[in-house]
Amino acid sequence: MPRQVMPKQDPAERSRNFGEVALGFTPEQAAAEAARCLNCKKRFCVQGCPVEVDIPDFIQLLKAGDPAGAAAKIKEKNSLPAICGRVCPQESQCEKECILAKKGEPIAIGGLERFVADYAAEQAGGTVRPAKALPYRAAIIGAGPAGLTAAADLALQGFDVTIFESLHEAGGVLQYGIPQFRLPKEIVGREVEYIKQLGVKLETSVLVGQTVTVPELLEQGFQTIFIGTGAGLPYFLNVPGENLNGVYSANEFLTRVNLMKAYRFPEYDTPVRIGERVAVVGGGNVAMDAARTSLRLGAKAVYIVYRRSEEELPARYEEIENAKEEGIIFRLLTNPVRIIGDEQGVVQALECIRMELGEPDRSGRRRPVAVPGSEFQFPVDSVIVAIGQGPNPVLLRNTTGLQLNERGYIQADPETLATSIPGVFAGGDIVTGAATVIAAMGAGKKAARRMVEYCKQKYPNG
Amino acid sequence: MEIVAKDCLAPRIVRLVVKAPRIAAKAQPGHFVVVRLNDRAERIPLTIADFDRAAGTITLIIQEVGKSTAMINAMEPGQSFADVLGPLGTPYPIEKVGTVVGVAGGLGAAPLYPKVKALYEAGNRVIVILGAQRRELLILMEELRAVSHELIVATDDGSYGEHGLVTVPLRRVLEREKVDEVIAIGPVPMMDACCRITRELNVKTVVSLNAVMVDGTGMCGGCRVTVGGQSKFCCVDGPAFDGLQVDFAELRQRQRYYNAQEREAYQAHQHGMEGCRCRAK
Repeated sequence: MPRQVMPKQDPAERSRNFGEVALGFTPEQAAAEAARCLNCKKRFCVQGCPVEVDIPDFIQLLKAGDPAGAAAKIKEKNSLPAICGRVCPQESQCEKECILAKKGEPIAIGGLERFVADYAAEQAGGTVRPAKALPYRAAIIGAGPAGLTAAADLALQGFDVTIFESLHEAGGVLQYGIPQFRLPKEIVGREVEYIKQLGVKLETSVLVGQTVTVPELLEQGFQTIFIGTGAGLPYFLNVPGENLNGVYSANEFLTRVNLMKAYRFPEYDTPVRIGERVAVVGGGNVAMDAARTSLRLGAKAVYIVYRRSEEELPARYEEIENAKEEGIIFRLLTNPVRIIGDEQGVVQALECIRMELGEPDRSGRRRPVAVPGSEFQFPVDSVIVAIGQGPNPVLLRNTTGLQLNERGYIQADPETLATSIPGVFAGGDIVTGAATVIAAMGAGKKAARRMVEYCKQKYPNG
Repeated sequence: MEIVAKDCLAPRIVRLVVKAPRIAAKAQPGHFVVVRLNDRAERIPLTIADFDRAAGTITLIIQEVGKSTAMINAMEPGQSFADVLGPLGTPYPIEKVGTVVGVAGGLGAAPLYPKVKALYEAGNRVIVILGAQRRELLILMEELRAVSHELIVATDDGSYGEHGLVTVPLRRVLEREKVDEVIAIGPVPMMDACCRITRELNVKTVVSLNAVMVDGTGMCGGCRVTVGGQSKFCCVDGPAFDGLQVDFAELRQRQRYYNAQEREAYQAHQHGMEGCRCRAK
């Protein structure tokens, strides 16, 4: 039996709306797909999952006609299944390890996870009960994927957990970064509600490092703290013209649109202005998100400008395909050298240089080398820079005793995620640099386990 | 985040005292907050014009320039902001440097006040030059008088104090005596003009920049300003910068980028405020 293909909105249609692109399996499709699982004794798929979801077990429950049971099974390990089912790079994790992948047709684990999570949410089922209350209080800094996961796991262990979030909504990159058409905000809201139901307290609009500091939280009786603030400081290209009007970091552009709902201006008060021709610099998932969002805001021509070739594009294959189907134009082996503005200081054109690939660099990818004299310009109304981000300095500079590594990220023990401050753990992008949602969740999970051990050992009597 | 007191300082300029104990406990001169009025509102950066740690309150001064500020200024005691995030930014260093001249243009008096107050209390000789277009737009005059050794007032139309721009008394003071530091806060052209004089006379000058920002925490990079040829983020590196190094022309252009949208929103809002039901979509 072939792998089920998830239905999608038609490209011509979807490129003009913010509705979800992938529509999810029908119950019949989910049943057919679940029936393909071999329920292997050696569970390679589980080894491929950073949060160790018991994949064959949930699929067997689904196969047996018990989606609520399947949801509860997933939630024993993963508190954000509707999110993971949508944005995890399954093709390079669980599905890559699936035995059936050898024939190129692994089980659609992501699609099934999404189906089960959505089903359970509709039926208001699949809740896992927290264990008996323990006398420990944990503070979680940042309500992104790492923080939410750590919070849920600690709550399930019986901890009293409070999350501190600087934005006015929980979710971190799930809220401000990933667009509505890939991850509807209602889904994020639903998963956050679930975590609150586990007893987790959420305090939004609190910037740890400024409103309150890490040492103060320890003094206030939190025995342990998890820092999962992400890598929020956008990198720019350092080319002339970068501060012209119409040059956005992907963070700013996506925050305006996703978190602040600028696509519904003036019903919502935050504006965004991109014009008709948009160049997005970068080749990762964030670049694809920014490009496809631009199209949905009404841009006539949207370019992905990337200095390597298609093979090296770091975005998920599925998102590259989606972008192509929608009409995003790929300008590969192309690197910006200058942004040109008009007399009002607004972007008018992008000057690029052609690149070719040389010897592999430290990352193992072939190093792009500029072709001398190949500069050319093309007209654009805005430029969105999506080339990654560095550690946000706010918490770091206001936390004395917190050791950073040579790249400016938090120095955390790779095994225990312990930082240089006793009781304080850190994980996700603020330790590793920008990575994926699931990698951050894996770190949150790992940290939670260590935080439990730490508290039980350090405060045996509570 | 409830409003506990409100008074009108000038036409379209109100002062709100807001209950925000955590922020009041941490606030320093130079800090700001980001407020959000309701679920559809923008995130707006506002300077902390004063704070009272004992009462757990902060003071915000807001001039109505668009829809969002109009809505904030229409709020009354007992009403609350959806969110107030802060304190944000880098505090202004308060040291004893000798003689400090504070120059405020219009609403710039709000961010200037906590700085000169702290500098005055730290034992500096403080001269304040307060300017506005006309008499009724002069704000915090008595408050500034109380924390300065000399207060010079100037209005563009001569309706109060000296007739003319703040740059005239600024030059006079700098030529009259040795000044260790100038703090100039107000509209971009005014700060630019002050820095031209201080650059010429070689006096250290600090300005406080109000760039367009979204989150206020270093995440969006929208508030970047060029200082000494380098890109800085106003929200985390500032908002105070060495005025002699700031690219004011760029800042002015960046502040204007959303003018058309802001006008659209403001007009639609005013339309709605006049009781018309046909609010433009």
